[in-house]
Amino acid sequence: MKDISEIRADFPILSRRVYDKPLIYFDNGATTQKPLCVLDAVREVYTSYNGNVHRGVHAMSDLTSEAYENAREKVRLFINAGKREEIVFTSGTTGSINAVAFSFGERYIKTGDEIIISGLEHHANIVPWQMMSQRKGAQLKVIPVNENGEILFDAFLKLLSAKTRIVAVTQASNALGTILPVKDIIEAAHTANIPVLVDGAQGIQHGIVDMNSLDCDFYVFSGHKIYGPTGTGVLYGKEKWLSELPPYQGGGDMVDKVTFEKTTYNELPFKFEAGTMNYAGAIGLGTALDYVSHLGREEIAIREKMLLDYATGLLSGIKGLRIYGNSHDKIPTISFLINDIHQYDTGMILDKLGIAVRTGTHCAQPVMEHFGIDGTVRISMCFYNTVEEVDVLAGGIEKVITIFS
Amino acid sequence: MTINEVQDSIIEEFSLFDDWMDKYNILIDIGKELPVIDPGYKTKDYLIEGCQSKVWLRPDYDGKIISFSADSDAIITRGIVALLIKVLSGRTPDEIIGSELYFIDRIGLRQNLSPTRSNGLLSMVRQMKLYAMAYKAQGSF
Repeated sequence: MKDISEIRADFPILSRRVYDKPLIYFDNGATTQKPLCVLDAVREVYTSYNGNVHRGVHAMSDLTSEAYENAREKVRLFINAGKREEIVFTSGTTGSINAVAFSFGERYIKTGDEIIISGLEHHANIVPWQMMSQRKGAQLKVIPVNENGEILFDAFLKLLSAKTRIVAVTQASNALGTILPVKDIIEAAHTANIPVLVDGAQGIQHGIVDMNSLDCDFYVFSGHKIYGPTGTGVLYGKEKWLSELPPYQGGGDMVDKVTFEKTTYNELPFKFEAGTMNYAGAIGLGTALDYVSHLGREEIAIREKMLLDYATGLLSGIKGLRIYGNSHDKIPTISFLINDIHQYDTGMILDKLGIAVRTGTHCAQPVMEHFGIDGTVRISMCFYNTVEEVDVLAGGIEKVITIFS
Repeated sequence: MTINEVQDSIIEEFSLFDDWMDKYNILIDIGKELPVIDPGYKTKDYLIEGCQSKVWLRPDYDGKIISFSADSDAIITRGIVALLIKVLSGRTPDEIIGSELYFIDRIGLRQNLSPTRSNGLLSMVRQMKLYAMAYKAQGSF
């Protein structure tokens, strides 16, 4: 793996100062920073070959279409999916889940059916299913969570029934960092012939994700959380599902033949890509995946585990600090509170020390309710963070304690 | 003191310090002077929905002036609401409605001390003015 100073030099923003202090960016769970190569790739689209994809007879349209389809191939390889038809570009994880929830609901869900999610979900993997359930008269079943912030697998097995139509679970909790046993969940669900959607928003960037071995039916993630541009995302779906599901949105490019009486739809994956896509963003996402692959995903996972262990050890030693989510299997995210100091107060002071953290419920209110709290302070790290930054954070926390005690 | 005289004195107090940490310390101290709302009124009726911290604000109108009491579960937010109360409490509805709160920008409260989405600073100001308008309308019957 490249030297850490070389890696950091790839991300121009990491060398900036904030309030005259070096920026320490610990909010990677919300969005990651972008390496120069991604910015260059997006810029190159607009400076060198911009044309709308799949439409024109001209060279610019051809070049852009080719780059866009190349990006699709990069995504396919990155997650080891079988076919390019199974890779749909979307606006992000939220867009992907809404598409599946809507289309799956239209095609398969009827009154009395059940959908299983976990108690660790982000609102984006709760609300779309809730909306669909309300429309179809279905019911949402939730896998309970223990004191460590882990799902209860046995309870999940009991929730599986003849009424279950789909299971939708996150790969890792954005609020606590817990990694879920998605492979076991998928195996158990498949034994009962139930499809599984995995929300990879917090999983894709922290290790190797392989559709062939995971065998999930749908996998979704956001580009901006894996060093790519905002407004990009991926919906992977097994071909048999995507073929059967009705399209989510209508418009240009997703159609085969349109008359005022009837429209037939384009082939996969275009059936799910209505209108002009964020193709420049998708091309940038392809470059981001190249960057991650080049760094090495195993090396990234090792480095991030080292950061997680170091930070967990250091923060645990601070008197009055309590970590929420103590699973032994976590992404490099730590949620905590200090004594009875409000998370917002902590976040405001850390901000002025140049440390970017997230405070609040992290769009996962049920998780906070589980612990009987209003919110936490969350640090979410990634490979470009350093142990020195963690040391500065620990010092900042000591300062917070001094100010508010 | 008029509303503007109070605003000017707050601006002067904050101008003594350049460092944001010192300014936070003033805010925290001012929060301690807050006329605290009776715990019995810490209900949904008096809750101002900020994004992250809770603020309860209660007006008390004696037919002439409005007095505010408040509280927050976050200390910095408590300081912010205490500042607003310092400026607007004990005023007539007309004074509150007609006030222009320039101190918020001048001490850097809007930009530097409080990301507005997080603490609902503008919601607090709006709510105080709404109470004043409601009492004024009541009085005109």
